[in-house]
Amino acid sequence: MPAVSKGDGMRGLAVFISDIRNCKSKEAEIKRINKELANIRSKFKGDKALDGYSKKKYVCKLLFIFLLGHDIDFGHMEAVNLLSSNKYTEKQIGYLFISVLVNSNSELIRLINNAIKNDLSSRNPTFMCLALHCIANVGSREMAEAFASEIPRILVAGDTMDSVKQSAALCLLRLYKTSPDLVLMGEWTSRVVHLLNDQHMGVVTAAISLITCLSQKNPDEFKTCVSLAVSRLSRIVSSASTDLQDYTYYFVPAPWLSCKLLRLLQCYPPPEDGAVKGRLVECLETILNKAQEPPKSKKVQHSNAKNAILFEAISLIIHYDSEPNLLVRACNQLGQFLQHRETNLRYLALESMCTLASSEFSHEAVKTHIETVINALKTERDVSVRQRAADLLYAMCDRSNAKQIVAEMLSYLETADYSIREEMVLKVAILAEKYAIDYSWYVDTILNLIRIAGDYVSEEVWYRVIQIVINRDDVQGYAAKTVFEALQAPACHENMVKVGGYILGEFGNLIAGDPRSSPLVQFNLLHSKFHLCSVPTRALLLSAYIKFINLFPETKATIQEVLRCDSQIRNSDVELQQRAVEYLKLSSIASTDVLATVLEEMPPFPERESSILAKLKKKKGPGAVSVTELEDSKREGGELNGGGDRGPDTAAMAASNTSTPSPSADLLGIRSAAPVGAAPSSAGSLLVDVFSEAGPTAPSAAVNDDGFLSSAPPSEDPAPPLSEADELLNKFVCKNNGVLFENQLLQIGIKSEYRQNLGRMYLFYGNKTSVQFASFTTTVSCPGELQSQLNVQTKPVEPLVEGGAQIQQVLNIECLSDFSEAPLLNIKFRYGGALQNLTLKLPVTINKFFQPTEMSSHDFFQRWKQLSQPQQEAQKIFKANHSMDTEVLKAKLLGLGTALLDNVDPNPENYVCAGVIQTKSQQVGCLLRLEPNAQAQMYRLTLRCSKDSVSRRLCELLAQQF
Amino acid sequence: MIRFILIQNRAGKTRLAKWYMQFDDDEKQKLIEEVHAVVTVRDAKHTNFVEFRNFKIIYRRYAGLYFCICVDVTDNNLAYLEGIHNFVEVLNEYFHNVCELDLVFNFYKVRTLRGYFCPVRFPNDFVNTLFRQQEQRRTKGK
Repeated sequence: MPAVSKGDGMRGLAVFISDIRNCKSKEAEIKRINKELANIRSKFKGDKALDGYSKKKYVCKLLFIFLLGHDIDFGHMEAVNLLSSNKYTEKQIGYLFISVLVNSNSELIRLINNAIKNDLSSRNPTFMCLALHCIANVGSREMAEAFASEIPRILVAGDTMDSVKQSAALCLLRLYKTSPDLVLMGEWTSRVVHLLNDQHMGVVTAAISLITCLSQKNPDEFKTCVSLAVSRLSRIVSSASTDLQDYTYYFVPAPWLSCKLLRLLQCYPPPEDGAVKGRLVECLETILNKAQEPPKSKKVQHSNAKNAILFEAISLIIHYDSEPNLLVRACNQLGQFLQHRETNLRYLALESMCTLASSEFSHEAVKTHIETVINALKTERDVSVRQRAADLLYAMCDRSNAKQIVAEMLSYLETADYSIREEMVLKVAILAEKYAIDYSWYVDTILNLIRIAGDYVSEEVWYRVIQIVINRDDVQGYAAKTVFEALQAPACHENMVKVGGYILGEFGNLIAGDPRSSPLVQFNLLHSKFHLCSVPTRALLLSAYIKFINLFPETKATIQEVLRCDSQIRNSDVELQQRAVEYLKLSSIASTDVLATVLEEMPPFPERESSILAKLKKKKGPGAVSVTELEDSKREGGELNGGGDRGPDTAAMAASNTSTPSPSADLLGIRSAAPVGAAPSSAGSLLVDVFSEAGPTAPSAAVNDDGFLSSAPPSEDPAPPLSEADELLNKFVCKNNGVLFENQLLQIGIKSEYRQNLGRMYLFYGNKTSVQFASFTTTVSCPGELQSQLNVQTKPVEPLVEGGAQIQQVLNIECLSDFSEAPLLNIKFRYGGALQNLTLKLPVTINKFFQPTEMSSHDFFQRWKQLSQPQQEAQKIFKANHSMDTEVLKAKLLGLGTALLDNVDPNPENYVCAGVIQTKSQQVGCLLRLEPNAQAQMYRLTLRCSKDSVSRRLCELLAQQF
Repeated sequence: MIRFILIQNRAGKTRLAKWYMQFDDDEKQKLIEEVHAVVTVRDAKHTNFVEFRNFKIIYRRYAGLYFCICVDVTDNNLAYLEGIHNFVEVLNEYFHNVCELDLVFNFYKVRTLRGYFCPVRFPNDFVNTLFRQQEQRRTKGK
């Protein structure tokens, strides 16, 4: 037993602890404890009043027993009694017991709170601290309710001792974390912030923790702390190593306080005040300079404390991401650490550089360290350091070094720690895809990946390579050849068999010319793996076989033989059995034509987010820097933009099973059959085939002095309007707002308003993909004579539309004279490298410039008669296309812009309207009469206008509406 | 932010555990075992930092004792590492050449000193005052 003779030692306690330690068995220990518990119980129940020392000793023993893991159901009262002792050691044990064994017994809580209250108002700093520690340790809601309002007062009171202030700040922090609603800073805010100026460094250190937490929640209320923090930091940084005396740790002045100040600043953007910012930049430079100075001590504590500040400063520099000079200096400093003999520093430098790599200012500087990082990946003994090196390689990868980095990561995979293999595989797959310049390299990389780390290649990875091969016809032959070779290996991973089966089933014909890979050889190779594979893979192989029958009729007999054998057609697995039966039947019944149609090559996959990327995001959480960075550059690159997120297996089956609906249809992928028709005919350019022949150049648009683009003369080769453009136009005759156009890439919405002969139209272009549209231009043109009839002005739009973003364009329209054509809207942009060119008709029709005119029955018929020249009237009798419901018709006629006149027509079934079309040159009065015949489902529409062309145009437009 | 503090010996016996997050007893036991397993396999060439669940552990070994702090991944590794060392210096000064048994027999004192573990407040003068206060009380108490 060690000497326990230190003043306040408790001999009885030491003896008891020794006894427990000497117990040979668990039973002996329990026996000893029970004996002690009985003893304590009898003492507490005894008639003789216990003195403070004994009470303290027994309570402390109970605490020890509890900490050994035994339940304690008495002694609480005695502990509460200790709280009112005037001796520090007794009070301390009382509080300790309360803090560790909180009891929700309401009677006790009241007593405890009372004792705490007494101590808080005792003006004895040690007692106050004990009470504050107890509140913080318990940290319950009840405690917060009782004391949350009291503690801020203690914290900012002028006469509070420094030690108490520190405890108060930390206690408040704890209560704020557990019950933020009860800690109301309000009036105290400014005084708490000013604790940063306190003379006592301990108070500043404690207060800054509280302020940082509060600033994260309410940054605006606490933003005055920025300038105070900067000046405090500046004073510390510029002080000599001896200035701060007790706060100097191994020759580093106040390291923890410095770190905390730098961290607080990371809650805010760079200071706006130039002077404050200048001072801060100076501090950061000083910190960077100090890193270069020779160490003042050889002790690791010195360098650790110094570097703690340095790394925190670098975090702040990265957080601001606005000082290229500092970023590059930080990067160089970290570069030195990469070769430091301290493993800790190498680890931290790799970690910190990872974030630096994503800043545009320092990306290049980071790249210069590639060899060192690769070396770290190969030679570091600590797996977590190697992991950081792999992360950094991933972060610094770009087009210039992708091949080298991917190769290094692949070779590292062979020996990589099992815990990080899956993530490594995903990273390699993503880098290979993102920076693939030639696709044969991409295919090689992924197949290598499967070869080296097949078990860690998740479905997403091999789905993706298939998606890309399907979507890129230039790589299909190479892929077929490579998988064929890879399958030659005596032991190959099941994922390789899957990819092989799929690719040979689709593109085996591309290598069938070579006798070494003739159809039968291919089939035998695949089938040699069949029996070693799991059910899903076998199912996939069966589908590959039926595709073989289509690709190579000469294999039909062999394959039918295989399908017919008992192990297939009577397989105990329902899925396999069904496939075997159905494929066998299909191959024997269907004619070659039918077979060719059913088993046609898979259509390209629609572009969606890369499935691998989605997987990595899920692994890393949405905040992962590397992922967002990746997406950005993916948009820039955008070369590999085929691919979707459905499994190719089900999709492949879709084509082959459309003719054989079965109960397990969706297992076989019937649901995925829909995209066959809708899928684009070439990768990533949904519209390009439709329009590419039509529009090679953008119409040249003249720029006026005022920066507006006037409606340009029609260019030589505008893309012809969409076939449905007229239909789209008709949708907007009676309404002003809505979606004009939508396809898989783009949505165009319209809002418009008209007054007299002027109109304003808002166009909203929404990018529906996750990929950026580049060179986005829109041109409004007025073909032919429309040029002199309508004036449309617009400003050019931003050339880049981010994935998922929407941009807006305003058109100002002026109607010069009546017109019958619609202006054309041409949209061009690059999506994944392919030019999209699309022309729509803008729904600007003559009726938009209607002013409604109210008039009596008498007036109406008088004017009707006045417009009696035959050319002024246009009439049409047509069948109803839509509902003949009165309310619907009324709404449409009002949407037209005219006044709907009641009690004018003698027949109440008929509708009459009147309005004036406002153009710059003249006004055209129009009268309209619509006579529905519900029985015949017919209408007769008559228009009389002061201008004959208007009558005709309105009649045409309106005939489509009812 | 500190999630928990553990002091364990090589055999995995806990000498101090302080939790700053809500865990139930089973979970605490599991964490203690996991930390022990993660930390004891590492040698001097390894870093003093280990990723642990969604957090990280900063640890340092002194003779047979492992001092471990579990913090958020964004926290400053070196600051906490030196925080540990600082705490050990405080213990050393208080117990005059601290050893594991000191922590066993004086568990109730260690719990008070634990306040000086984290670098939140740790300045030497404060520790000194504390020692002085306790010293005075000791003499008065007699």
